Amino acid sequence: MLDQYFGDYITVFVFMAVGALLVGGGLFASSLLRPDKPSKTKSEVYECGIDPVGGGWSQTHIRYYIFALLFLIFDVEAIFIFPWAIKVEDFALADMGGFILVEMVIFIAILVVGLVYAIRKGVLRWE
Amino acid sequence: MNFWLLLLIKVGLVLGVMLPGALVIIFGELKISAHMQSRIGPYFAGGRFGWAQPLADGLKFMQKEDLVPADADDRVYKLAPYVVLMGTLALFVVLPFGPETVARDLDLGIFYVLAVSSLSTLGVLMAGWSSANKYSLIGGLRAAAQLIAYELPLVLAVIGVAIMAGSLSLNDIVTAQANWQWFDTLPTWVNIIPPYMILQAVGLVIFLTASLAELSRIPFDMPIAESELTMGYLTEYSGLRFTMFFLGEYAGMVAMAAVAATLFLGGYWLPFVSDDVLNFVGPVVLLTKVMLIAFVFIWLRWTFPRLREDQLQTIAWKWLIPAGLANIVLTGFFKVVF
Repeated sequence: MLDQYFGDYITVFVFMAVGALLVGGGLFASSLLRPDKPSKTKSEVYECGIDPVGGGWSQTHIRYYIFALLFLIFDVEAIFIFPWAIKVEDFALADMGGFILVEMVIFIAILVVGLVYAIRKGVLRWE
Repeated sequence: MNFWLLLLIKVGLVLGVMLPGALVIIFGELKISAHMQSRIGPYFAGGRFGWAQPLADGLKFMQKEDLVPADADDRVYKLAPYVVLMGTLALFVVLPFGPETVARDLDLGIFYVLAVSSLSTLGVLMAGWSSANKYSLIGGLRAAAQLIAYELPLVLAVIGVAIMAGSLSLNDIVTAQANWQWFDTLPTWVNIIPPYMILQAVGLVIFLTASLAELSRIPFDMPIAESELTMGYLTEYSGLRFTMFFLGEYAGMVAMAAVAATLFLGGYWLPFVSDDVLNFVGPVVLLTKVMLIAFVFIWLRWTFPRLREDQLQTIAWKWLIPAGLANIVLTGFFKVVF
């Protein structure tokens, strides 16, 4: 049981490490081949070929920050749907299909009301 | 067999599928797009058909100077490509290439896929933020907004399949599709059709659309949008670091197409073939389906114009998410009634 548990994690981490190794190895191989002649002009950021104006982290109006809030709500609720999705079959076999369906329809209806509210509030309208 | 030795073999096999797969798709993209526009495409590299073009490109990128802008946030800038490729490779852990040919059949399965696939988003956001470039910053923010918006349709589309199969493990989902029986009144050849392709057709369309957006490919390539943002979050990257993002994108395409094929098209499963044979034939079947889906991705790319940022958000929130929710309710209803 514990072997299974650690085996899962080790496999995932080894695969991630290989992903990192791919980049590291590639960069090392590349460092043997590529030229390295730094200059002040080269290390400037690109901006249509002219000298950059102002700093790189200029302030912009991010119109989509509100989506992050919406996303948070929906994503958290989507997680709750997963366990339900897997148990539908068991409940249907135990003659409780109607019960589990009504439960989820109520849950999703609340979600939809939230979405409709956000849309009617004009979250998606850009002026 | 020894756990570590087995793990090493698995890693080797996955790399052996991922890297050639990505190269084939890159080459396919060059060639197919050329023919769609009445051009010839790559012609010289490697002799016939210019098949070695992606390799030649990679070699060229390796010889390019590695530039880091002086203003950039050094550490984050250098870490970003690592994060992208780590996320992409972690996706391959749960992909089943055959009944037993799977690196690790996690119980969480598809849930894990959804979680890990957003790791690449983090890399993209890091790249955009750390470059100290206005194009990169806007590109990175666009990427974040887009990936947030399309993560939800992706999740909702997957839930439909989870209801049908009653499991999150990708292997169980394929088995459920293999064991599916249509009504007795229909002729037996109907069983050849992957059942979820029909029953979850809505989910399939949502999933493919959302995965296009997750991969930020045209028509959802606003984070890169050459004509307005130069190269978006990639503007400051040069040489091999750029190549790694590029590789990550195409390897991500292999992974997402494989997930879509597994969920909706039956994965490695082939009708009327026993499990023992499937262990060897399975990878070929899966990769054929992957290449079919990749072709559709390429086809869409060279057909549609880029969307506007607010149109993109409208499609996700007004169409795909409600459709996904409706699909869940209908699938649940279907499951309970039948």
